Amino acid sequence: MSVFAGSHLTCIRGERAVFAALDFAVDAGGALVLVGPNGSGKSSLLRLMAGLLRPAAGLLTWNGDTLDDEPDVHRGRLHYVGHLDAVKPVLTVLENVAFWAGLRGQRDADGAARQALDAFGVGRLADVPARFLSAGQKRRVTLARIAAAPAPLWLLDEPTTALDAAAVGLLRDAIARHRAGGGLVVVSTHAELGLDDAATLSLDDFAAGGAR
Amino acid sequence: MSWLAHLLRRDLRLALRQGMDSLMVVAFFVIAVVLFPFGVGPGVNTLARIAAGVIWVAALLASMLALERLFQADYEDGSLELLALAPVPLELITLAKVAAHWLTTGLPLIAAAPLLALVLFLPTEGLWMLVAALALGTPTLSLVGAVGAALVLGSRRGGVLLSLLVLPLYIPVLIFGVGAVNQVMLGESAQPHLMILGGFLLGALALCPWASAAALRQALE
Repeated sequence: MSVFAGSHLTCIRGERAVFAALDFAVDAGGALVLVGPNGSGKSSLLRLMAGLLRPAAGLLTWNGDTLDDEPDVHRGRLHYVGHLDAVKPVLTVLENVAFWAGLRGQRDADGAARQALDAFGVGRLADVPARFLSAGQKRRVTLARIAAAPAPLWLLDEPTTALDAAAVGLLRDAIARHRAGGGLVVVSTHAELGLDDAATLSLDDFAAGGAR
Repeated sequence: MSWLAHLLRRDLRLALRQGMDSLMVVAFFVIAVVLFPFGVGPGVNTLARIAAGVIWVAALLASMLALERLFQADYEDGSLELLALAPVPLELITLAKVAAHWLTTGLPLIAAAPLLALVLFLPTEGLWMLVAALALGTPTLSLVGAVGAALVLGSRRGGVLLSLLVLPLYIPVLIFGVGAVNQVMLGESAQPHLMILGGFLLGALALCPWASAAALRQALE
């Protein structure tokens, strides 16, 4: 049985049905890549998986248990990377990452944050205020945030935005390490990430009414 | 509970590094109160009679100033989304943010109030009661204000809407806050007024974090 699955999901945004009767399933160590044109509902599906949105119909399950039963528990096992970086300009890079790690109960938040920053090649910026970072560096810091505290499910919405080729490689490595430890990844992307044996879900197949 | 301190520390650090918000609130408070001797004349009796009311109204308006930023910055840079996804109830996160807001805006107002009371010739016994009433009343203002700040999130011209939403709800606190000072000046006991202010605070503490969290979830949909 799949660890994380959804069945017959329907999402309605502002009276418009974005997608309907969508099914997906991800196994332990598995990866699911969401593809589809702009507006096909990749972000909406990820927000739905995170619990930020409620499905208009359908069911999300984790190991067979519905998510609605224990939303707190589900939030504890997921990392979400959205379009925004959530990096505070007046805090240093390390403070930014360590805050989120500490909020997720990471004991040695500073140490874990330093390690994660190193993994994304921004370790030497640890004590720099975040307002001096470029867009790509901010993105690396955001990705370091999810690496700094363990969580089985990664939901990544266009994680490669503003990243250079080297950083995309680092992200690929981080995802591979995460999956090797039994972690799950759902990622929406326009760029080719090159994940090993990843399933692909085309949102276009579930466009409500077929009209686009 | 360590994450509560963790969150509080982060918000205080942000407030201190940005610095301007607290300073502006106190500066507005001082200027608004100091305008009154110019407006109504320097008569000692007149000023002493209106002092409590003037200081309370100025404190209400000043605490409104920083309210809009309470969730706005976190909303705009995506932090609020992540806070809502943290394995901690959003209600308690809201409470921590309100506590930080009060420490950085409410507390400086209370510290500045005695000085302004002297400017308006408020007698000493009234001055201490004013400080006590503000200490009980301003946390209520922050709590109620947080509900308003969460509700206007994402709307244009949220600041004006926020004052329309929140100021009417501040009226009870204003009435009993000023009442406590007036009672003392008349030589009566202010205890009932203080107890009612305390009751407001407990009620707000029990209700407002839930209302704010519900409004935040709505804003994030």
